[in-house]
Amino acid sequence: MEKPFAITLETGSSLANKTGAWRTERPVYVTRTPPCSRNCPAGENVRGWLYHAESGDYETAWRTLMADNPFPAIMGRVCYHPCQTACNRGRLDEAVGINAVERFLGDEAIRRGWTVPVEAEPSGRRVLVVGAGPAGLSAAYHLTLLGHAVTVVDSAEAPGGMMRYGIPRYRLPRDVLDAEVGRIADMGVTFELGRTVTNLRDEMRGYDAVFLAVGAHVGRRAYIPAGDSARILDAIRVLRDTENEPPRLGRRVVVYGGGNTAMDAARTARRLGATDAVVVYRRTRDRMPAHDFEVEEALEEGVRMKWLSTIARADGEKIVIERMRLDETGFPQPTGEYEELAADTVVLALGQEPDLSLLDGLPGVELENGVVKVGENLMTGCPGVFAGGDIVPAELGGRTVTVAVGHGRTAARHIDAWLRDTEYRPAPPPPPATFDLLNTWYFSDAPARLRPRLDLARRVTTFDEVQGGLDEDTALFEARRCMSCGDCFECDNCYGVCPDNAIVKLGPGKRFAIDYDYCKGCGLCVAECPAGAIMMVPEQT
Amino acid sequence: MPAQQIKFYQTGSLVVGNRLLDPDKRTVQADTHRPNALTSGHRACQGCGEALGARYAVDAAIRAAEGRMVVVNATGCLEVFSTPYPETSWQVAWIHSLFGNAPAVATGVAAALKAKGRTDVRVVGQGGDGGTVDIGFACLSGMFERNDDVLYICYDNQAYMNTGVQRSGATPPAARTMTTQAVGDEPGNPFGQGKNVPLIAMAHEIPYVATATVADLRDLEYKVRRAMEFRGARYLHVLVPCPLGWATASCDTIKVARLAKESGLFPVFEAESGEITSVSPIRRRVPVEEYLKIQGRYAHLFGDPPRTDVIAAIQAMADRNIRRFRLWTEVD
Repeated sequence: MEKPFAITLETGSSLANKTGAWRTERPVYVTRTPPCSRNCPAGENVRGWLYHAESGDYETAWRTLMADNPFPAIMGRVCYHPCQTACNRGRLDEAVGINAVERFLGDEAIRRGWTVPVEAEPSGRRVLVVGAGPAGLSAAYHLTLLGHAVTVVDSAEAPGGMMRYGIPRYRLPRDVLDAEVGRIADMGVTFELGRTVTNLRDEMRGYDAVFLAVGAHVGRRAYIPAGDSARILDAIRVLRDTENEPPRLGRRVVVYGGGNTAMDAARTARRLGATDAVVVYRRTRDRMPAHDFEVEEALEEGVRMKWLSTIARADGEKIVIERMRLDETGFPQPTGEYEELAADTVVLALGQEPDLSLLDGLPGVELENGVVKVGENLMTGCPGVFAGGDIVPAELGGRTVTVAVGHGRTAARHIDAWLRDTEYRPAPPPPPATFDLLNTWYFSDAPARLRPRLDLARRVTTFDEVQGGLDEDTALFEARRCMSCGDCFECDNCYGVCPDNAIVKLGPGKRFAIDYDYCKGCGLCVAECPAGAIMMVPEQT
Repeated sequence: MPAQQIKFYQTGSLVVGNRLLDPDKRTVQADTHRPNALTSGHRACQGCGEALGARYAVDAAIRAAEGRMVVVNATGCLEVFSTPYPETSWQVAWIHSLFGNAPAVATGVAAALKAKGRTDVRVVGQGGDGGTVDIGFACLSGMFERNDDVLYICYDNQAYMNTGVQRSGATPPAARTMTTQAVGDEPGNPFGQGKNVPLIAMAHEIPYVATATVADLRDLEYKVRRAMEFRGARYLHVLVPCPLGWATASCDTIKVARLAKESGLFPVFEAESGEITSVSPIRRRVPVEEYLKIQGRYAHLFGDPPRTDVIAAIQAMADRNIRRFRLWTEVD
């Protein structure tokens, strides 16, 4: 080529200079486990569904959520949201209102009539689910999606288990429950309601596997010396009866216990007309097993608390309580000081136990401390019989609706594997996305949006829902507070901050690639990634 | 306000892109088809703030000029690492002359374009703080004084980095350079020296003067875009940390620029015809220690015992900036 005057060399591009050779460490994109899903007993992919909610694609968000949990509207009301307790944003300002967004998605799905199609080939296998509570329904849902024919049997007249007969309407309106359970029925699950399974061995003939989730609804008793006229009821019984025929509790109701059921019983008593509802608990408030917000809401509604007290006697219209003190080990000890309390009814909320008599004669099944022993795959000692929810050891997660839903999901996957003669081995989750891995500078200051609460006056006179939902604007705002811990959300920071143009932007939804020909390994992309989704690894030489 | 308040989009206006924003509201740098004026293969150090700042600024200018633009480059790191003859990283019409005459060459290019009737082609002059603040200063002042139609961008890394970290008129007090060693009672660069070229530029009453850092891309792009809306002499002063000269980790380039702004040591503002029209307020105020202690050039302040007197003097400079430019208002 003819060169201009005094020019002897062609102009070349610096692209010939592969500066990647300088590198001693290389950045790589990673996905880490965010604290929300790490802490979710139902195994939800929280970050995954929030991602879609952030862009306003609520249907995809809902479908992503539904892959793990069939009850977003219920969860968004009754879950104690351990995800939010763990949320990294809690260390920046306030945790993301995951539960509120979940409820919004669940309500939106009900409003718009979204359904889940069953796309799996029918397996020809039949599974019996005993118990139509959260564990049983969750298992039925997942087993149906996996192609199995499921029959759910429950002794109650309506499905839902503790969601219907243990959780008061003011926390979970029944139309919401009916809508989400109805969706499972519409998927082709057969329900046999009002029928108690008394002998599982006979009942399971004709089925290829069984999931047992009968729950714990026998109220634990305590010995209280009581006169003939004393009226002593079970909290769980009171809550169950309230569903159909509310019991008469009188004006002065004493609830004995410190768990969530005790709070529910006391709050229900207020709504049934008790002017004085008193919770008697033998330890202090900070040791109450009830969740803090339940205690708080009970107090708001005028429930009184007698901490460090036990019921010594009940007689006629009064009870005698004894003051307690905590010893060095934190165990309550009697003090010998007594006090009288007027009471028309004493409601015992001392925990529940399962009735497992239906297992009699079933070979291989072992009980321990009143619950069923299961392996890691939730299978009992009897091959093909799996169990979950409140009838398995509390070490498997505790006794909440969310844990039960998680058991149902896990059991369904193991039952499916068992029916197909394989093994379900989920890949171990990637390492956690801890707060220190984030670059929180990049997240806008945004305080959490709160859900509205029902008027106090209406709270103590009706069973209307106490906590309201978010509207679309606030739900969207709340979803966008998610920091996407441990996963790329396409903020383009890496693409922008690279001084060497070594990040390739692949386009919407396709994320980025690194051009190692030019990446010098400075680490700026790692430092400036808001989500902690890039890490440096030593270069192999 | 440069960083316009937009609806809440998770990361607001702080990140480079944002999938939730309308494409026309995103930055030039977020664009898959950005100009990439300074492309890969250049020989800048790992984590070079100047390479980053130059691409940010020139890309934004090219976008604003719709691709019709000439860049005049002073000698310095930016020229040496990008264009070892016959290779170049520049993907824009680019001319290099000497260390001290870039503003004058830019003036000439603008005059020539005017003579040819090509006023649609815009001219950008650029250089480091050595070429701008010291060596090219007379040419720069002349360019300002004649109000020549040039946007001049100074990439300030606070010393002569190319030749081995010698002190410049932009080196801050107490900083260690090869020519201001950390020895004696007053280690590092002396207090009470140096000059503030953005304020000097304002004193020329040119149409537009602004400061920016590589830590706030949206603000930097806004200022380039705004500068390109004016005709006449314009000056943009961009803080670009130098991992080599500042002795910072290569991954900390943006962080240290952010701390310079958040501590108040580097006020970010814009001015029109000699008057300040807006300042970027401090978002999360930090004491100067946080800025200083991650830089090896200030390591002598954190020995045993630490030089709390010197740190206090630097804090006083930051506090003065905060008062003077109203960078921080106590809320509540």
